[in-house]
Order: sequence, then structure tokens, then C-alpha cells
Amino acid sequence: MQLTLWTYEGPPHVGAMRIAASMRGVHYVLHAPQGDTYADLLFTMIERRGQRPPVTYTTFQARDLGGDTAELVKRHVREAVDRFQPDALLVGESCTAELIQDQPGALAQGMGLEMPVVTLELPAYSKKENWGAAETLYQLVRSLLKSQVPEQASHNPLAWKQEGRRPRVNLLGPSLLGFRCRDDVLEVQRLLTLHGIDVGVVAPLGAGVDDLSRLPAADLNVCLYPEVAESSCIWLERNFGMPFTRTVPIGIGATHDFLRELHGLLGMDPPDTREGHQRSRLPWYSESVDSTYLTGKRVFIFGDGTHALAAARICREELGFEVVGLGTYSREMARPVRAAAKAMGLEALISDDYLAVEAAMAEAAPELVLGTQMERHSAKRLGIPCAVISTPMHVQDVPARTSPQMAWEGANVIFDAWVHPLMMGLEEHLIGMFRHDFEFVDGHQSHLGHAGGSGAAGDSAEAELSDVPELGDDALVWTADGEAELRKIPFFVRGKVKRNAEAYARQAGCREISSETLYDAKAHYKA
Amino acid sequence: MAGPTLLKETGPREVFCGLTSIVWLHRRMPDAFFLVVGSRTCAHLIQSAAGVMIFAEPRFGTAILGERDLAGLADAHEELDRVCHELLERRPEIRTLFLVGSCPSEVIKLDLARAAERLNEEMQGRVRVVNYSGSGIETTFTQGEDGALAALVPLLPASEERQLLLVGTLADAVEDRLIHLFGRLGIEAIRSLPPRQSTDLPPVGPGTTVLLTQPFLTETARLLRDRGATVLTAPFPLGAEGSRRWMEAGANAFQVPAERQAEVLDPLMERARIALEPHRKVLSGKRIFLLPESQLELPLARFLQRECGMELVEVGTPYLNREQMAEELALLPEGTPVMEGQHVELQLDRVRDSAPDLVVCGMGLANPLEAEGIATKWSIELVFSPIHGIDQAGDLAELFSRPLRRRHLIQPGLNPSLAVDPVHA
Repeated sequence: MQLTLWTYEGPPHVGAMRIAASMRGVHYVLHAPQGDTYADLLFTMIERRGQRPPVTYTTFQARDLGGDTAELVKRHVREAVDRFQPDALLVGESCTAELIQDQPGALAQGMGLEMPVVTLELPAYSKKENWGAAETLYQLVRSLLKSQVPEQASHNPLAWKQEGRRPRVNLLGPSLLGFRCRDDVLEVQRLLTLHGIDVGVVAPLGAGVDDLSRLPAADLNVCLYPEVAESSCIWLERNFGMPFTRTVPIGIGATHDFLRELHGLLGMDPPDTREGHQRSRLPWYSESVDSTYLTGKRVFIFGDGTHALAAARICREELGFEVVGLGTYSREMARPVRAAAKAMGLEALISDDYLAVEAAMAEAAPELVLGTQMERHSAKRLGIPCAVISTPMHVQDVPARTSPQMAWEGANVIFDAWVHPLMMGLEEHLIGMFRHDFEFVDGHQSHLGHAGGSGAAGDSAEAELSDVPELGDDALVWTADGEAELRKIPFFVRGKVKRNAEAYARQAGCREISSETLYDAKAHYKA
Repeated sequence: MAGPTLLKETGPREVFCGLTSIVWLHRRMPDAFFLVVGSRTCAHLIQSAAGVMIFAEPRFGTAILGERDLAGLADAHEELDRVCHELLERRPEIRTLFLVGSCPSEVIKLDLARAAERLNEEMQGRVRVVNYSGSGIETTFTQGEDGALAALVPLLPASEERQLLLVGTLADAVEDRLIHLFGRLGIEAIRSLPPRQSTDLPPVGPGTTVLLTQPFLTETARLLRDRGATVLTAPFPLGAEGSRRWMEAGANAFQVPAERQAEVLDPLMERARIALEPHRKVLSGKRIFLLPESQLELPLARFLQRECGMELVEVGTPYLNREQMAEELALLPEGTPVMEGQHVELQLDRVRDSAPDLVVCGMGLANPLEAEGIATKWSIELVFSPIHGIDQAGDLAELFSRPLRRRHLIQPGLNPSLAVDPVHA
């Protein structure tokens, strides 16, 4: 039993939902009690989707448990198939259903359905969301492709040369509720096009069931997010002989390494080493004199494995920061994160306890935090600037603009996103120069104004109350209950309410403003 | 008998479970902690529903069951003790610890009552430990509050004192206002359950008259009756009319003369009329479909129909307690379809077929409906906003008029028409 006040990852069936909702033609029947439908809001509110995730919940209740829950499962499977007519059906259970052991997968398999039925066994009491996503993609790929597995793996990644076509690769791993996946896919496609490489299938994001069946038609797989796609890539390599790329193209160095790895596997000439300088602004922006001030800035990094590793490399090798803390909540990625930390003389923090992360952050005393939305809050409390680099997703992590992390444009986005929270060179210089002038008494820590936080809001609330000037001779008097009522109004509208109430009192000819006057004024101005 | 048409359906439901009510309960009692004994799903649910990342140290958490806890219940009890001690050590300010049962803890029959008893003995009064179930197999959304309050009833001190007890969580400002108004009616002894400090439990006994502020407190009401209290029946205090009748029920129980009631309440009603007017202009004649979730659907429907002039297409409710809702049902127009339970797919079919002007629904359904061109209002906002009482009637109406007003504001701009000539043409 583990005491948790907040968690970085959801349960594994939420990972399965991410795969189902990312794809076309997949429906997921989830044996789960009522209440588990909350997970829909992750997609409709956080990811701002205009469609419900393709999930039918059996939403059993206590009274169903006495009866035939197996029949309940079958009824929901039947209804879901009739209504949604999916090309493939996922069947699984959430934590509670796992305890009842109805075996919904086996039940559905026995119903003689026409489409492929994939049973998901996602141990809810030992595994988490990203594992669930990876396992679901793997089971789908395996189920749809196992009939195609050759006796002897004989895949040739150089086949494109003989066939007289451009090389073709699959992009595996991008999914809903993954960090900037939507935009990474666009950017990586752009990068590949630049190099004359076609994209076969992107999966799971936007893929149909038949797309998965034609994965082996590509020359190799690009594993964009190992957390989600590595197990599928390994299976495809083992059974079909399809190689896959290990480098995740986030940052200038990693994008270059990725291109080199890709070109090598495809038997192409190595890419031009100057491409990063030509295609991205990060190299020059980092070299330019204003960025001198970034040198040695102390950075604390925490996130999923992929993004934390990428951030560590960019910080050290491309921005000249000093990494003073590195960690991840992805236990599956603990080994490479530990190794990366060790190479920087640090001990990696592998934890899913955000309080331990906050403590490590405070201890490391960084000048910049790169973390999840939770680290953003912790950093705010500590008065440290922060940029978000990783899931868990927040509505702010799904920006309207295109904002990739990967490849050349991703490096530009990263430069802006990580450097802007810090005060930039010239500004920092000027503020230092004028520090003792009276205009600067408030202190200019950062133009995001992180320091202070909620306390500052409280202060300004009090200020708001006393700052509104008194009204001169025809002075209005606030009664005690009027004042008390006024204080209950949120500080950001209190000034307006006060002005309205006084204007109303003058107009109505009262000298006293009581709670009643306040309510009268409220009604008056809304009318 | 004339009245609404009561219907029932079953099938897949799109509702929160009772754990969700922790989101507002923990804010009401800052010295209480809600520890869900459940799974990672429970933890994820509460943080997703609440968007809780802003809290430094939230006053709720989850003791996540692991495989080892499932293997043996004896171990699970030991583990729960360990987690509680760890928590209480870290949070010495906690005075009341709610152990909240979940679907998995119910299914493995982890006896939280026994755990609470054991912990109470150990704590020797330093912390009070109580338990209730917020599991989805037993409770829907707001029912969680019923469970939490019902768990407190046996702990209330006994008293013969004549008092009015307001039961159900209200926003502090709204509660102050209602107490102030009852004071003006001459009722001075007023207490609240839940109290603002978990240790400040109100007494109860034969002198206690209970007004339920929320329609989902069935079990709590039953237990209060068992303790000798009189539970008044009235429409719930949503909207000017409902709030007035609710206050009058309280006033009558305390023999407040009718003239006095009119003197205090009439000006409020007049003010509410003024506050409602602009919203009535927007809402009148519009058709609304309420999906089941918060259990506030019936009183809201009554308010929207009678005071805002809306037409009720269908009023969903997760479950229907006819006795508790009798006054509300009586105020609905004849033939209004009141649908108890849910088959979310069939219900959404009916939404699409009836093309209402506004749908009240949960957060999982709102954007998909908006994307289909149907305006929505999230029901969860209704349990967070100060909407109770005559003075809040305008604000309550505004929650419903805003989505319609917004569409009116932005739709022309976002959907440029070919028919309109460009400025420089």
C-alpha cells in the first residue's frame, strides 16, 4: 500500500484508452464500475477533443455483482459492436473488474464476432499508464500481424534501392495525451521529406486498423516515444527483421544522431553535419552574445524518461547550462536515466512521489526547472522559473499553435520555451545596473513574476480594499456587515464591486452601505 | 395524478462516483483529511476531476492497494495502519481522518469500520477516524457527501436545544448570508453540518429542525431523524422561488409570523426578479436537456422552467428518491419526462434527435456535444459555485445564459458569411 497525494501516471487502462482513442476504427469495451468514465474528460477536456473516446464502460454497480456480470459484459460488447461497428475490438478491465475475474476478453472471444478481438490484460495493481499504452499497442500489432510473421525473418531495409522507390519508414509511438505528439509527427515528417524519406504508417495517432497490418511494408520503424512504442518495435524486429531507430530526435545533437542512425540503417549517405545550423535557430541563438548569460545556469530536470534524457543533453551540450538534478517517474526508463545522470556526476532521482521531487529540487537550488506541470507548481512555490517538458498532460500542454519538441523546429520551440522563463542577458544587465533606483523597489525577478504566488494575491486583495479612495464630504459609511460582505468577494472583482456599491448608494441617496446595499447594487448593475 | 412522467433506463452510465465529492468536502473542513483506500484509478480520478495540482499538500490522498495487499487482508490492515500513521505524522494539524472506501476496497471486503475503530483506540482522541464509502459500485457523485455526513451523525453530541440545522455543504459566503437572513427572521440558533471545523460538530436532538440544503442527503436525513431531529420537506434552495419556500419552511417551523416573513423575504424576491430579468430574456422559450449527474437536476429544472421560462426536453437524474424530491416533482409541468438512471448512448441519441438549445452534462460529454453544435453547461460547476439562496438566483441563471450569450457573441465572427460584403467592396 502506497500513500499517494498526486500521481504522475494514471492506471494502465488509461494507457489503453490513449491507444484506442488515437486510432480510427478501434473500440474498447472496458469492464469497469461507474465512475471510471471520468477518464473520458482527459480526452475531451485536457486534450480538448470534440469526440468521445471510443470506449464502452460496463459501469457495473453493487447490485450487478450479485447477478450475472458475465452477461452484462456480453450485452455491452454486443451493443458496442452493433452501434460502432469497429474494425477491431479491444476488451479489458479496470482495477475493480480485475478483482471480479469475469475474463471479459475470453467472453468476447467466444461471441463469434467478425472483427479481430484483442484481449488486454493490464495488471492495475502493479503497472501504470505508459506501460498500459505500450502493452495495448503491442497486443494490437501482434494480433493483427501474427498471421503474416514469416518462418525466417528476412526483412531488408535496403529494399527501396532495388524496388526503385524512395525509402519508407513508419513513425511509431505518438498518441493522444502524449507530450506534443501531434506537432512532433508533423515536424518529423517534414524532416524526413527533406531527406527524401517517405512516411508509411504513423501509429497509433491517426492510424486505422488496416494501417497496422501494413507496417512490415516499410523499410524500418522510427521509435519516436520508447515509452509507448519500444515493445512493438522490438517485436517487429524480432519477428520480421525490421530494424528500428533508437535515437529520439529532440535537440540539435540528437536530431543529427537520429538522421545519422536512420541514414545508416537505410544505406544512405550520411547527412550534412551543418544541417542543424542551417535549419534551426537554436545553434545561433545559443552562440549569440546575449546567451552568454545562460552559461552555467543551474537546471533541475524531471519528467518522463524520453523527455528528461533529451533535456539533459540539450541543457549541457547546446545551451551551456549546468544540470544539477535529473530524474524520471518512468521506472521503465530508470536505467538510461541513471546512466545519463552518472555521466554528469549526479545520482538520478527515480520516483513517482512529487514531494520527494520537490524536496530534491529545493535541495539542488536550481535557477531553472524543467519538469511536468507538477514541478511547475513546486517551482512556483520556491520562486524558481520553470518550463514544462513532459506529461502528465495539462490543457496548457495542448497549445493552439504548432509547437513540436522534435527535430529542427522543435529545437527552436525548446529554446524559446526554456530560455524565456529566465531573464535574458540584456534585460538582466540593465536591471542590475538600475537595481538601486527607486523604480525597482519591487524587485524584478523574472518577467513571468513567479515569485510571490498566492501570498502576493492575498496582499493585493487587502490593498484593493483600502486603496479605493474615500469619497470626500458626502462620505459614505460602510457598515461592519457591509465591509464583511465585501471581503468575501474575490479580490480581483472587489474593487469594481466596491465602486459600484458606492455609486449606487450615492444615486439612491443612502449614506450607509450595508450588505443589503451591496446586494441591491449587485441586482441593479446586472439588470 | 398529473405531474411529470417518471421513466427509467439502464445501461452504460457516464457519471462520477462518490469519491468526487471529496473535491468540495475537503475545502469545507480544512482540518479534515480524506484518505481513499483504493487503486491508482481512484487517485487519478480525483486529481483529474479536481485539477488539484495547485495544492501544495492537498487534504486528500489515496492509499493505493498493491498486489501484496490483495494477497492477504491481514497484511492490508497492517499496511493501512502504517499509511495512516505516516500521514498523521506528516500532517499533525489533521483532526478528523475520513477513511473512504472505494470499488476495489469494497470488492475485497476490506473492513474500514474496523480499521477506523482500531485507529481511534490508538489515537486516543488526538485524531478522530471515521469511514464511509465513496465507491462507484455503491454511490454516484454527490452521494459521496451523503456518505461522509452520515458517518458524522453518530458523533454529533446530543442536545435538546431548539435549533435550526442546515445540512449539506454550502459556499461559506452563501451560508453566512442564509444565517444572516434567518437571523432577521428571528431564528438565532443556527448550526451547520458539515461544520467549518471538523471538530466543531453541531449537536442534535428532539429540538433540532433540519433543512437540507442539497437534494442528495437521503441517508444523512434518515440518521438525523433517528437522532430525534425533524427534517423539513421543502423545495431545495435553488432559485428565488425554491429558496423562498425553503426559508419559509424553516420560518414556519419556528413560528415566525407570516408578516415578518414577508417583510424580510419580499424585498429579496423583488431584487431577485430584477437580477433574473436579463437572463430570462436569454433563456425564455429555449429548450434544455439535463443529463443525469449531480442529483441537482430536478431542482434546477424546476428553477429553469418556472423562473427562467425554459422548456424541459428531458430531466435526467442518476437516481430518484421520490419522497425527498416530492416537492420538486410537484412543481414540474405535467408530462415532463424525468429519466432515472442512464443508457448514455440512447440518451445522446435523444439529445441529437431533440436538438435542444442547451444540454447540462458532465465534462466527458461537453466538448463532443459542442463539436456537434449543441451548447452545453457542465454540471460539475454547479456543485462548486455559490448558487443557493434567493440572492444567488441571478448568478444561477447566469451560469445557464452564459453559454448561449457566448455563442451569440462569437458565432458570427467565427463563421464569416459570404452574404456580407467586405468592408472595402
